This record gives sequence, structure tokens and C-alpha cells, in this order.
Amino acid sequence: MSPARTAPPHGTAERAADEAQGSGAVVLTDVVKRYGRGPGAVTALDGVSLSVRPGSFVCLLGASGCGKSTLLSLVAGLDDLTAGSITNVDRPVAMMFQESALFPWLTVTGNIEIALRVRGVGRAERRRKAAELLETVRLTGFAHKRPHELSGGMRQRVALARALAQDASVLLMDEPFGALDAMTRDLLHDELERIWRERELTVLFVTHNVREAVRLGDQVVLLSSRPGRVLNTYDVGLERPRRIDSAPVAELAAEITDALREEVARHAG
Amino acid sequence: MPAEVLGAKEKDDSRQTVSGLDELERVPVSDTRWGRFGSRLWAGTWPKVLALVLVIGAWQALFVSGWKDPWVLPSPLTVWEDLSSYMATPDYWQAIGITLQRAVTGFALSVAVGSALGIAVARFKPLRAAIGSLITGLQTMPSIIWFPLAILLFQISESTIMFVVVLGAVPSIANGIISGIDYVPPAWKRVGAVLGMRGLTLYRHVILPATLPSFVSGLKQGWAFAWRSLMAGELLVIVAGQGSIGALMQGAREFSDSARVLTWIITVLVIGILVDALFRAADNRIRESWGLNQDR
Ligand SMILES: Nc1ncnc2c1ncn2[C@@H]1O[C@H](COP(=O)(O)OP(=O)(O)OP(=O)(O)O)[C@@H](O)[C@H]1O
Ligand SMILES: [Mg+2]
Repeated sequence: MSPARTAPPHGTAERAADEAQGSGAVVLTDVVKRYGRGPGAVTALDGVSLSVRPGSFVCLLGASGCGKSTLLSLVAGLDDLTAGSITNVDRPVAMMFQESALFPWLTVTGNIEIALRVRGVGRAERRRKAAELLETVRLTGFAHKRPHELSGGMRQRVALARALAQDASVLLMDEPFGALDAMTRDLLHDELERIWRERELTVLFVTHNVREAVRLGDQVVLLSSRPGRVLNTYDVGLERPRRIDSAPVAELAAEITDALREEVARHAG
Repeated sequence: MPAEVLGAKEKDDSRQTVSGLDELERVPVSDTRWGRFGSRLWAGTWPKVLALVLVIGAWQALFVSGWKDPWVLPSPLTVWEDLSSYMATPDYWQAIGITLQRAVTGFALSVAVGSALGIAVARFKPLRAAIGSLITGLQTMPSIIWFPLAILLFQISESTIMFVVVLGAVPSIANGIISGIDYVPPAWKRVGAVLGMRGLTLYRHVILPATLPSFVSGLKQGWAFAWRSLMAGELLVIVAGQGSIGALMQGAREFSDSARVLTWIITVLVIGILVDALFRAADNRIRESWGLNQDR
């Protein structure tokens, strides 16, 4: 099991990735992903290159359908790439999905413990770790509830705890707070920022909410639509803790929104 | 500007806001389970009582009309008297015991065979291509069609009955598992894959638990088929020395004892209803704990 996954025919890309490995926790080199074959094929990603520094928080931003989820699936190893290569320093990576996708036949603790169990953690240790993770996402009193008894925001926190239980240094998040109300989302931003710091995670966070991206990211990577390519990378030099409604966040968000609008408008003509 | 910037007080504030929000989001669970249970019981009961009264009324009317001689079609009261006196004898309970034992054995065998078959067919593509539609086809076969073959294979014996019961129940149980596996939400499988599960581990921790509702409805249907096949079998294949429901019923028919035949019909109906209630309760429990019953 080599940490590098390469589409078979591209040797040069592999070399490039190997060279880049030193600088990034996740390095994507000329990643191409096509769904289907022949005239009906959809090119979701077309030559995406990206290097995520260890310990950084990178937000991927793009219009709907531009290939953000595809990109995360590729990094997580859920899907095979068509061409290019992806190098992860640490595999497997943890991932959190758009919908919480908790298992309804397990309780809240059960959902967290399953991640530990697959890794071969013993029963007592599992229980201890799960309690600790529940404390981390502030759901201590809800250990024995079923997922359907929780609100959407709480479910996403359980999903976060489950992802953290994987104990991977890289965490992929696919629009995890997309379906939540603004108040809950703001709070979860604070919580996520805290956890990211405490655990020194590398986070690759997908969103189509520009302010959310600026609020959270060290870097915001703007993707183009159909085919997905990296349009621009913004370094967010703002001091933390940030607030989503602060002026500097709004200012940078406005700039990125303009770029995003321009990109979307390009498809109108 | 590392973590220390967040002072202790601020951290506490955030914790409090989070739990405040959680409190607001919590669905208040009223603790009147028994009250709810009672009213649900009543809501489920009165239509049944009404239906029963209507059926008995119609039966009585038919009896009074003199359409058939009273020894061919006895009145509800006569049958009731026969039933209640018969229930006081060990014969009655012994017959039910023999029949239920066959049912349980046959059903357990069917669950084992059906589950293994279902998983195998769902897992291996060539197997599905080969026998997937055959299983569905078998499901449409009336069980009585198997008896001539079964009798040739096993003569008049317990095995004959088991053979037909298992053939009747296996397809439904296998199909329950197959469709359950086919419709496991892809999101759950992706979670499993991300958590590092593959092959058997994925089956054990994600796919099989996810098929549970479908499996239970397959079981329920399988039971119905097993029970019907068993009744057909007991009426056709009278194994010497085994006073099962079917055997005693055939005996009653030979003595033209209509009241006794009706007694057994009622008994079989009641057993069917009770077992169905058991499956329904299991099904409800699962739906409740999975949150699939949230329309109330
Ligand atoms: N399994 C698939 N088969 C065929 N096409 C697919 C498949 N998955 C995704 N696509 C296509 O690839 C493109 C990118 O999809 P993807 O889900 O990655 O977009 P996204 O950026 O995550 O969108 P959203 O913001 O709506 O979640 C879309 O055009 C989609 O139709
Ligand atoms: Mg998506």
C-alpha cells in the first residue's frame, strides 16, 4: 500500500507528485476525472493541481456541479482517477459528508465507536475515546440517543466526532454545514476552528458559501465549472478568531464572489 | 494568534451557547408511553371487534335462514361450545404443539437457507444472473404443486412436509435480503469505505444491518408462505402417530363433524393473527428506533 495513487499511464505526473510531497500533506497533480466513456462522458475535473500544506485549513469553493465532491472522493480514495496523481502523506484520511449519513441502527456512541472498532481499538478504550470525542463536539449528554432524535446540527457534530475517531491528520469535509441555519453554522465554525487547532489537523473543506470559506480558510481555492480547474487561490491573511460578519471577511468574500460570478456568467454565453 | 487568545471565559461562553442551542433543538419527548400505548391499542382494537361482530352476525343469519342443514353448517354458538370444551382437553393443545413445532423448525430452516442464498445471490453477479429471477419465479408457485414430487422423494413422512414448507418460505426470505442489499443507501457504503471497511467487514457492520427492515418484511412474508404450505401439507400428508392440526381436521371431516372442522379453522386463523402481530411488533420496533415512524 503506497500512499501515492496514480492513474496508470502518467509517469511524469507521478514524478511531479513525488517532488512535491515534501511540501504538502495532500498533493494533487494534474488530476483528471471523467465519468463514463465516449460522447456521453462528463469531465468533472480537468487538470487540477493543488498542494495542501500540513496543518493548514484549505477551503475549496466553486459553483454547484463543478466537481468539488468528486475531488474529495478522489482524495479519500473512494473513486479512481482518470489521469494525474494524488499523494497523501497520511492514509487513510478522515471524511465528513454533506449529509451526516449516520447509521440509524446505532446510537450516537455506537456511531463513533464503529470507527474505532474498525481500527481494532479494544472495547474499554473505545468507550473511553468515544466519551472523549463526544465531549469534544459537546454532545456528552446524548451518547445513547438515536440519530433521528437529534437536530441537524447535532447530527453533523456526531459525524464530525466519527470522522475525528479515525484519528487521521487529514480531514476532508464536503459541505458539512450546508443544510444548517446561520446561527448553528456560526457556532459550528467556532467549534471546528477550535478542534482543528487543538488536533493540528489538515482540513480540506468544500463549500459554495464564499463567506464560510473566508471565515474558515487559510487559503481559499476557487474552482471553475465544467470542467473543474483551479481558477485562483486566495491567501486569507486575516487574524483568528474571525467572525463571519466582520468587515474584512466581507470584503474578501465580495472580491471572491465577483470572481465566482464572472466564472458562472462565462457559461451563460 | 494561537489558541491562548481564546480566553477561558470565552471558551466557556461558546460551550454554553452550544448547549443552549441543543436544548432549544431538542424534541420534547412526552413520557406518556403507556397512555399512548393504551389509546393506540384501543384505536387498533375497536375496528377488529366490529368486524368480528359483523362476521358472526352474518354467520348466524345464514344459519337461521336454513340454507344448509344444522349438522352441515352449525351455528356460531355450537362451534363456540365445541371450541371451549375441546380447549379443555390435552388433544387440542398437543395438536397445536405438533403443528407449531413443525412450523418453527421449517421456518428456522428456511431462514438459514434463505439468508445464505440471499447473501450469495446479492454478492456474486454470476449467481444472480443464473438464479435471481428463478427465486422470484419460485415465489409465485403454489406450494401444493410440490407435494406429488415431495411424496415420491420422501414418502409420507415429516421430511415431505418440511421439504414443501422450506420451498415455500425460502424465496421470500432470500428476496427480502437481496432487495435489502440492493437498496442500501450508497452514502452508508461510502462512510464504511472511508472508515476503512471492505469485504466482510463492510458486510458485517454496514450492509447487513442496513438490510434489517427489508429482511424482517421478507421474514414476515416467508412465514406466511411457510404456514400456508404447512397447512396444505398436514391435510395431505398424514404422518402416523402425529395428531397435528391438519390430521385431526381430516379426522373430523371423515366423521362429518363440521363443528370440529370450524373449530380448527378458527384456531388456525387465531394463530395466524397472533404470529402476524409478532412480526408487526418487530417491524414497528425497528422503524421506531430508526426514526422511520416520524409522521406521528
Ligand atoms: N457517478 C457519477 N457519474 C456521472 N457523472 C457524475 C458522477 N458524479 C458526479 N458526476 C458529474 O460530475 C460533475 C461534478 O459533480 P460533483 O458532485 O463533484 O459536483 P459538486 O461540485 O460537488 O456539486 P455540489 O456543489 O452540487 O455538491 C457534475 O457535472 C456531475 O453531474
Ligand atoms: Mg457536492
